[in-house]
Amino acid sequence: MNNYELMVIFTPVLSEEDFKSAQKKYQDFIKENGGDTVASNPWGLKSLAYPIDKKTTGIYWILEFTGPATINEKLKIQFLRDEQIMRHMITRLDKNAVEYNHIKRNGGFPVHKAIEA
Amino acid sequence: MAKNEIKYLTAIKQEKPKKKFCRFKKYGIKYVDYKDVEFLKKFINEQGKMLPRRLSGNSLKYQRKVADAVKKSRQMALLPYVTDLLK
Repeated sequence: MNNYELMVIFTPVLSEEDFKSAQKKYQDFIKENGGDTVASNPWGLKSLAYPIDKKTTGIYWILEFTGPATINEKLKIQFLRDEQIMRHMITRLDKNAVEYNHIKRNGGFPVHKAIEA
Repeated sequence: MAKNEIKYLTAIKQEKPKKKFCRFKKYGIKYVDYKDVEFLKKFINEQGKMLPRRLSGNSLKYQRKVADAVKKSRQMALLPYVTDLLK
């Protein structure tokens, strides 16, 4: 059971409830295939650093989940088939990453604050 | 007169360049998050290109992690591949 982090960019024309239903759809898809979601973090509409297929904004969604290694291939097929999704990326999280995300979620980072302040 | 006494025309530059340190070791940061754009911007120049180790002062292990994170954030359009006056 590895930890993964999924980041998805939807097309900006997506309405709010489509966005929610897409999130739910993929979270259920992960549950079916023997994984479970740790945290979902929709960023919403954000401007892109460079245009992706002629669009300059996109709806970001980040999902942290755990699952068997075989789940990613199935997920990828779903993402490629879904034309609402412009770009997706699944990254594997090592223990430092999981700890980082955990700290980031509940309460900030004293050190980072010092750097960013 | 010491044989090896060298006479300089101009005074030797006294101030020592600021000692570079690897911020990851110093602050104990273990993971470079590719979503943390503000933090990654410290490692790229105005054109959006990655800074080499001699300028960023990172140790090899963390420079690779930073490079990996920058490439991921470029892929997900959080950072541009090439731009001007990024900062």
